[in-house]
Amino acid sequence: MSTEAQEIQDLTGGEYKYGFVTDIESDTVPKGLNEDVVRLISSKKEEPEWLLEWRLKAFRMWKQMEEPRWPNVKYEAIDYQDISYYSAPRMKDKPKSLDEVDPELLATYEKLGIPLREQEMLAGVAVDAVFDSVSVATTFKDKLKDMGIIFCSFSEAVREHPDLVRRYLGSVVPAADNFFAALNSAVFSDGSFVYIPKGVRCPMELSTYFRINSSETGQFERTLIVADEGAYVSYLEGCTAPIRDENQLHAAVVELVALDNAQIKYSTVQNWYPGDKDGKGGIYNFVTKRGKCAGVNSKISWTQVETGSAITWKYPSCILSGDNSVGEFYSVAVTNNMQQADTGTKMIHIGKNTRSTIVSKGISAGRSQNTYRGLVKISKQADGARNFSQCDSMLIGDTCGAHTFPYIENHNSSAQLEHEATTSKIGEDQIFYCNQRGIATEDAVNMIVNGFCKEVFRELPMEFAVEAQKLLGISLEGSVG
Amino acid sequence: MLEIRNLHASVAGKPILKGLNLSVQPGEIHAIMGPNGSGKSTLAGVLAGRDLYEVTQGEIIYKGRNLLELSAEERACEGVFLAFQYPVEIPGVSNTYFLKAALNAVRKYQGQAELDAVDFLALMKEKMQLVEMNPALLNRPVNAGFSGGEKKRNEILQMAVLNPLLSILDETDSGLDIDALRIVANGVNKLHTPDNAAIVVTHYQRLLNYIVPDFVHVLVDGRIVTSGDKELAFHLEEQGYDWVKDHADTAGQPA
Repeated sequence: MSTEAQEIQDLTGGEYKYGFVTDIESDTVPKGLNEDVVRLISSKKEEPEWLLEWRLKAFRMWKQMEEPRWPNVKYEAIDYQDISYYSAPRMKDKPKSLDEVDPELLATYEKLGIPLREQEMLAGVAVDAVFDSVSVATTFKDKLKDMGIIFCSFSEAVREHPDLVRRYLGSVVPAADNFFAALNSAVFSDGSFVYIPKGVRCPMELSTYFRINSSETGQFERTLIVADEGAYVSYLEGCTAPIRDENQLHAAVVELVALDNAQIKYSTVQNWYPGDKDGKGGIYNFVTKRGKCAGVNSKISWTQVETGSAITWKYPSCILSGDNSVGEFYSVAVTNNMQQADTGTKMIHIGKNTRSTIVSKGISAGRSQNTYRGLVKISKQADGARNFSQCDSMLIGDTCGAHTFPYIENHNSSAQLEHEATTSKIGEDQIFYCNQRGIATEDAVNMIVNGFCKEVFRELPMEFAVEAQKLLGISLEGSVG
Repeated sequence: MLEIRNLHASVAGKPILKGLNLSVQPGEIHAIMGPNGSGKSTLAGVLAGRDLYEVTQGEIIYKGRNLLELSAEERACEGVFLAFQYPVEIPGVSNTYFLKAALNAVRKYQGQAELDAVDFLALMKEKMQLVEMNPALLNRPVNAGFSGGEKKRNEILQMAVLNPLLSILDETDSGLDIDALRIVANGVNKLHTPDNAAIVVTHYQRLLNYIVPDFVHVLVDGRIVTSGDKELAFHLEEQGYDWVKDHADTAGQPA
């Protein structure tokens, strides 16, 4: 009995595994935000005039905007003047290869389980590693280059492919789309850029690891992925962050564009520091992710596994403009302790015979609050549109909450909409059944939860699915006992 | 193998078992019969370690150890198996995955190497014949959408794979048609050896036509009021439980 008690203590007391800080001199801009800071960021990145103007325009609009209050989350007001808006690892000369990368930085990635060297050889994954705000290493680039694929940091894309960036930047998420998107547009530091040319199928999963390192430094990543006609790409995004006491704001923007017959699959496993058991610390994750199926028969698929962050505010969405285009959203959102998540999707049907699928699995434990918020909108001209939505919630314990807000706006009588929703509780019955077959409670919870999320995990690339299952286990440690 | 002495147990403060005694030796099959609410399922739950039930008095010695000190999963790993009256559904978890996890948890506890997928499937194939189970059910989620008969067969399949020392069958006959009953009973009989034992909890005598017990005990109001051989079951079937109750009022005094 006493060993069991100890076990529970160990499990519930388990510290965030990826909580460590790398000691690298950072080049950090003083706290505060004004036009000069925007200009400074732009000039540090040696950006062209049009981009500076774009940023300034966004900044001016942001100043007029108000932080959204409608999400079902509570937090102390953020002082936007108390944040530093730029931080870059200091390097005299940019590294030409991995050998030139700061060994300490590489060691950080090894701790996170993503050794670049090994990955280069074994995993077949090209990694664009974003450490704080500046990309430090990019692999597999040459191989991709031969196929005409562009996969680089956003800054590099601005320098090397300004026409592409200019054409698509803000085309899906306009600068003034919402408060956090406007903030990002004004101060975004870096991110990833992907372009897949006509008819090319990207031969490997592209992936980015984000990491917040400098204390009190907001992160404003910007990702732009364009799949030209008939192109295909699968993109993975995974995140971990070190322990911090101060809340850290993260307001990223991701834009996807799929032209005729193109397909983009975007998968996320998000594991940012969620704060401690009492809700102290943790990342505020206020992200705008949106894809546009601009062309006919195009398809955009979002798959997300969200286990981290103190607060999540995130609605990866699809604008289905092209006829016969398809949007998909598969989501697992786990909240434990004091975490709050308000997440879901928007499917905007504009083209004819457009189809969308929403599968959302919310798991709440501890004293957390987990909200699904989704909108399915069928425009007047969207003849023959179809949507299937399934929103399932699972509760662990009786001090957490699950909420579902499915909105439907239908302006076309030919639309077919289906919505299913369930709420279940991990039953004592289920756990006892597993116990009686020799399976310990923690393993039983893992098994039941993973079973619950199976439809979503199935959508993830293999190695990510394995990682996601482990992550779920870690996130729910100590939630039953 | 199992000694239950003066067992008192309650549910939510309400006493259910009131001084139950039972002794089970290897190779024996014991039937526990009794009217609804007499404590049959409570006994099964207490033996399996369900924390819904609070043991307030008495002791249970299993293989020379105090069973009540072991957690539910430890009991399972020590060879105690409960075939549930209402097996629960676990959506999204395949039957095969579940059973493999269970078997390997038990093997690990017992210091045996875990079985790999190939060996496990071979074992499953062999054991499935025992309960004439449709192989398609293996890939379906645990008990989800199973018929009553399929659920019970699945319980016996799990029993066959886990190979327990002491099996407790809680109203395994409930909800079964005669064919399913025969198949399930047949499985139990085939698994019976001189080294293991079974406690068959049932309301009706008909299961005992197929699983022939060495002893029949009649449980009334939390106590075993009379014991006998399989003839006792027939007697009950004819006379009804009122007969025993009357019997208990006079014979049960000293307990």
